[in-house]
Amino acid sequence: MRAERGQRAVFCGLTGIVWLHRKIQDAFFLVVGSRTCAHLIQSAAGVMIFAEPRFATAIIDERDLAGLADMNEELDRVVTRLIERRPDIRLLFLVGSCPSEVIKLDLSRAALRLSQRLAPGVRVLNYSGSGIETTFTQGEDACLASLVPELPEAAGTDELLVVGALADVVEDQFARLFADLGIAARFLPARRARQMPAVGRGTRFLLAQPFLADTARALEERGARRIAAPFPLGAEGTTEWLRAAADTFAVAADRFDAVTAPALRRARQALAAHSEKLAGKRVFFFPDSQLEVPLARFLSREMGAALIEVGTPYLHRGHLAAEIEWLPGGTPVVEGQSLDDQLDRCRTARPDLTVCGLGLANPLEAEGLTTKWSIELLFTPIQGYEQAGDLAELFARPLDRRARLEV
Amino acid sequence: MQLTVWTYEGPPHIGAMRVATAMEGLHYVLHAPQGDTYADLLFTMIERRAQRPPVTYTTFQAQDLGRDTAAIFKDAVAAAYARFRPQAMIVGASCTAELIQDDPGGLAKALDLPIPVIPLELPAYQKKENWGASETFYRLVRALSGSPTERSPREGRRPSCNILGPTALGFRHRDDLIEVRKILDALGIAVNVVAPLGASPADLGRLGAADFNVVLYPEVARAAAQYLEKTFRQPFTDEVPIGVGATTRFVEAVAALAGVDPAPVLADAPSRLPWYSRSVDSTYLTGKRVFVFGDATHALAIARVATRELGFRLVGLGTYTREFAREVRAEAALHGIEATITDDYLDVEAAIQAAAPELVLGTQMERHVAKRLGIPCAVISAPIHVQDFPARHSPQMGFEGANVLFDTLVHPLMMGLEEHLLGMFREDPEFHDGAAPSHLGRTPSRIADAVERAPNHPPLASAPVPSLHVQGADAVRTAPWAPDAEKELRKIPFFVRGKARANTERFARERQLPLITLETLYDAKAHFGR
Repeated sequence: MRAERGQRAVFCGLTGIVWLHRKIQDAFFLVVGSRTCAHLIQSAAGVMIFAEPRFATAIIDERDLAGLADMNEELDRVVTRLIERRPDIRLLFLVGSCPSEVIKLDLSRAALRLSQRLAPGVRVLNYSGSGIETTFTQGEDACLASLVPELPEAAGTDELLVVGALADVVEDQFARLFADLGIAARFLPARRARQMPAVGRGTRFLLAQPFLADTARALEERGARRIAAPFPLGAEGTTEWLRAAADTFAVAADRFDAVTAPALRRARQALAAHSEKLAGKRVFFFPDSQLEVPLARFLSREMGAALIEVGTPYLHRGHLAAEIEWLPGGTPVVEGQSLDDQLDRCRTARPDLTVCGLGLANPLEAEGLTTKWSIELLFTPIQGYEQAGDLAELFARPLDRRARLEV
Repeated sequence: MQLTVWTYEGPPHIGAMRVATAMEGLHYVLHAPQGDTYADLLFTMIERRAQRPPVTYTTFQAQDLGRDTAAIFKDAVAAAYARFRPQAMIVGASCTAELIQDDPGGLAKALDLPIPVIPLELPAYQKKENWGASETFYRLVRALSGSPTERSPREGRRPSCNILGPTALGFRHRDDLIEVRKILDALGIAVNVVAPLGASPADLGRLGAADFNVVLYPEVARAAAQYLEKTFRQPFTDEVPIGVGATTRFVEAVAALAGVDPAPVLADAPSRLPWYSRSVDSTYLTGKRVFVFGDATHALAIARVATRELGFRLVGLGTYTREFAREVRAEAALHGIEATITDDYLDVEAAIQAAAPELVLGTQMERHVAKRLGIPCAVISAPIHVQDFPARHSPQMGFEGANVLFDTLVHPLMMGLEEHLLGMFREDPEFHDGAAPSHLGRTPSRIADAVERAPNHPPLASAPVPSLHVQGADAVRTAPWAPDAEKELRKIPFFVRGKARANTERFARERQLPLITLETLYDAKAHFGR
C-alpha cells in the first residue's frame, strides 16, 4: 500500500447530489458555488436535469464578491424564491463548493438562520461537496454526516442501522433478509426527511458503502457502534456482511443458513455465467469512488481475475480491514493519484480491463485498452445477492463487446 | 446570486479548453481545484475524442491551501512542459483559483521556459464559455502571429485566406469546415491556415501570409479577426454561410475579397433546398409558426432560413449570447416580435408557451421543453448532446448544409401530404386523431392535448416552476364551451386545434361572452383568419 500525490482526475463531492436527491424524495440540494459547479452537475446529471430535479446552483457573481450585495441576504432571497416554487420540499441542503469554502461563506450559520425562518415546514442543513475537501462519493459521506446530529434519540432497544444510500430495490431486498433473520433494521438515509431513523447507545450500525468515514464517526459520537464487515458486493461479500450483523444480534447459525441459502444459490448461479469471461483477466483500477478495493476483492476471489493495481482516492484502513485481508498478497493498492505517472504504469502493464472515469475511458480505448467506466458502478444497483450477476456483467460486457466487434 | 438549474454556457475556462483542444502542439495548464477535471469528459464523451484534452490541472486540495499553491502551479507547468514538449502553452486560473489570487502568468514566466507561455485572464464570475473561447483565441493570435510582413503581390498567384473560428465541442464545426473549404476551393482560393481547429502555434505564426480572413463563428473569432485586420491589414468577412441566401452572400463576399468571379460557384443550382421548398408538398409549410433560440450566430441564420427559404412565420427569436443581443433584437423587430435575450431556460420556456409555436428550433434544452409541451423540435445550436456529434456528414453551412437544414427543419413536422390526408379523412379509422403519423415516434393524442393546453396550463401539474410564468393567463376566467361548440372544435385537425381553442377563448374573453357557442367559434375564426 502506498500513497501518491499529483494531478488527480476525479469528480468532486457535488456529484453525490445526482444520486442522493433521488434517494431522499423530499429533499432539495442547493449548491452555493460558481458557474463551473452548475456546469459540472449538468454534465454529470446528463438528461436527468430536465425532469424537474431537486437540485440547483446559486451562482455567486461579481456583485457578491465585490461586496455590492450582501451574500447572506442574497442567499436568503434565493432560498425564499426556491421554497415558494417548491412547496413540497421538507429538507434543504445548502451544499458548499470550492468558491464558497475559499471565500469562507458561513453556510452552517445560514442553515441555522434559514431553518428558524422556515420552521416547521422545512429543515435546512449544510455540508461541503467541494473538490478541495471531498472526492466524488465523499459528498454522500458529508451529506449523511450532516444528518446524524439531527436524528431522533433511540429509545435504547438494540436496533440495526444500515448506512449508505442504496437503490430502493436493493434496500428492499436487505430489509426482507434482515426481517427473516429477526433483526430490526432501519436505513440511513431514509426515503423521506421525516422518517429518518433514530440513533442512540443501543444502535449497532453496518456500513453498506466504503466511503462513509465521517458519517461513522458522527454515529459513534452519538453512542452507536460499528459492526466490522466486508462490503455487500458479490455472493461472498454479501454473505459475510449479513453474517456480521447476524452474529452481532445472536442469530442462530442454522437460521442464518436457511434464510440466506436460496439467494446465495441464485447469486452463485448468476456469477457462473460470467466467470469464464473474467477468469484470469488482468484488471487495473484508477481511483474514483473508494469502491475499488471491495470491487477488486470481488473480481479476484469470486471471478478469478488478476489485479495489477488498485487505485483509490482515499483508503480508510479501519473500515476496509476485512477487504484488504481478502486481497491477494502483494496486490498494489495506491491511495491518491499522480495521473500521468499512473497512465504510464497502465500503458506499460497493458491490462485486459481498465476501470476508470469517462475522461480517460475513450482515450484508453483508442490506445487499444478495454475499459469499464467507473461511474456506472454508483448509479447501477450492484449490492446484494440478486445484483451479484449484474455486477459481474458490468465488467464482462466490455470484454464481450471487444470480442464481438470485427471492425 | 442567480438560481440556476441549467446553464447554456460553461465558465470561461471551458472556452479556453475548446480552443486548446482544437489545436495541436499547444498545452493548457489550468490552476484549478480537484474535481474541475470533469470538463475532460465533455470532449472525450460528447465529442467522442480519442485523446485526452491537452490540459494539465493543478487539482489542489484543502490541505494545499495552507501551504504553497503557487509552488504546486509552478511544478505543474514544469512537469507538463517536460512531458508534452508543446510549441507553446497557455496558463490560467479557474473560478476557485481566481479567488486564491496566485498569478499564473507571473509564476509561469518565472520558470523561463524556452517556448511562448501566454497568460489568460478569464473572469469566471463575469464571463462565460464563448467569451472565454474568443478571448483565448485572440490572446493566442496576438502573441503568436508575429509582426506585420509584406505579402507577395497578388498578381501571378492564387489568392489565399485563413478560416477562423472552428473549435473543439463546436456544433457541426467539423463538417462546416469541409463545406467551406469546398467553396473556397471551387473559387480558386487557397486556404492558408485554419484556426483554432487543427492549427499549431507555428501555424498561427503564418496567419499574416493570407490576403484576407473568413470568420465562420463570430462568437469565437471576430475579436481575433479585428486584431488581424488592424495589424496585417487583412480584411475579413463574417457573413455566416448558413442557408442558401447567406451562402450566396458569403460566396460573393469572399469572391470580392479575393478578386475572383463568384458566378461559376453559384451556377447550376448548387443546393436542393430551393426546389424542395418550392415543390407543392412544401405548400403546407407556409406560415408554420416557428420559435428559434440558440447562440446568436445560429439563431439569426436559422431564423432567416426558416422565414425566407422555407416560408415559416417567425413567432419567437432569442439568444443566450448577450454579446450579440443587438443584432438579434434587430432581426426580431423585422418580424414584429420582441427578442428573448436570456440565459434562464425558464424564461425561454415561458416565451415558447406564450408564442404557441408549431415548431421549435433550439438547443438541447429547447428540445426538452418542446418534448414536454408536445411540440415538434429540431436542434440548431449548442449546447448539444452526444447525438448532435453525428458520425455522418452533417454540415449546417454551405449548399450541402442547406440540404441538411431542409431535412432537419421539416422532418419533425407532418409531411404535407400526410397532413392533408389527416385533415380530409379525420373521421376515418386510419386517420383519426389517435392514429400516429407514420414517421413520428409518439402518440398524437398526447400532442393534441399538450398543444391544446399549452397556452393556459403549465405542462406538469406537479411542477410549480413554470406555472410562475403563466399566472397572468389564468387571471381572467374563460367562458365555458357549449357541448355542440366543443364537438365542432374536435373536428378541427388536432395540430391547429390548440390555436383555434386559444383564439376562440380569447375572442370570447375580450367580448365577455358568458358561453362559447358554435357561433362564437366561427365568429372567432372569421375574426382572426389564418
